[in-house]
Amino acid sequence: MTPLAAYLLLSSFLFAIGLAGALTRRNAILVLIGIELMLNAANLNFIAFWRYAPGSEAVIGIMFVLFSIGVAAAEAAVGLALIISIYRHYKTTNLDQINSMKG
Amino acid sequence: MSVTFVILAALTIASAVAVMTLRNLVHCALALTVTFAGLAAFYLQLGAQFVGFAQVLVYVGAVAILIVFAILLTRGSEPPTERIFSSSWAIGAAIAVAVFGLLAGLIAYSRSLTREIPPAPTITVRQIGDELMSRYVLPLEVIGLLLTAALIGAVIIAMREEAK
Repeated sequence: MTPLAAYLLLSSFLFAIGLAGALTRRNAILVLIGIELMLNAANLNFIAFWRYAPGSEAVIGIMFVLFSIGVAAAEAAVGLALIISIYRHYKTTNLDQINSMKG
Repeated sequence: MSVTFVILAALTIASAVAVMTLRNLVHCALALTVTFAGLAAFYLQLGAQFVGFAQVLVYVGAVAILIVFAILLTRGSEPPTERIFSSSWAIGAAIAVAVFGLLAGLIAYSRSLTREIPPAPTITVRQIGDELMSRYVLPLEVIGLLLTAALIGAVIIAMREEAK
């Protein structure tokens, strides 16, 4: 197996774990953590392609990952604030019990 | 495939599985920190030092602390007594397995991945700074605006509602 294929397999496994967690866990915080894992798997893909793909321009991969990390940080802050606000309203973070849009 | 890769991959995958299966939320947050640190080690191994240190600063430092604060503010630190997976967990797990099978199959049968390994691109922090200030200055400004908006928005969303 070439190194690039090994890195791609690893990142697709991380993506699958994050997807499984986001789809199956009941706690809203863990769903958000699953989404963070998927974003990190995508970042690993960017860096692996930057290192092993032939003839790519030197800085593009790095820039993509830096901006992606910035967007993911903003997403985490807003998502966790939403979860705290939902907890104040419903007194729970269990997604099976949060099933109405208003009231 | 080197020994370092195998050790780091085993550590990262084991901690990622632990994040999604452990019962206590604080343990999940700790395992998540290990996963982020493992990914930072991968970036260092691939020669992207700046991204590795940004990963340590942003994820291991900030996002992990933020998640621990959210767990404590929502009283998730005591382990739940009922089951931790939602009622439709079988469908979600099947979707995840199908996605992984598809991706792994495509990677295994791809013919464009069998090329020879190109030389490692060398890049310095000075080059990254120059590019950020010249060619990528507009995306940099946009990301600064986005972070400011997200910061103010998060504070307003999480602010205690006034009693009416």
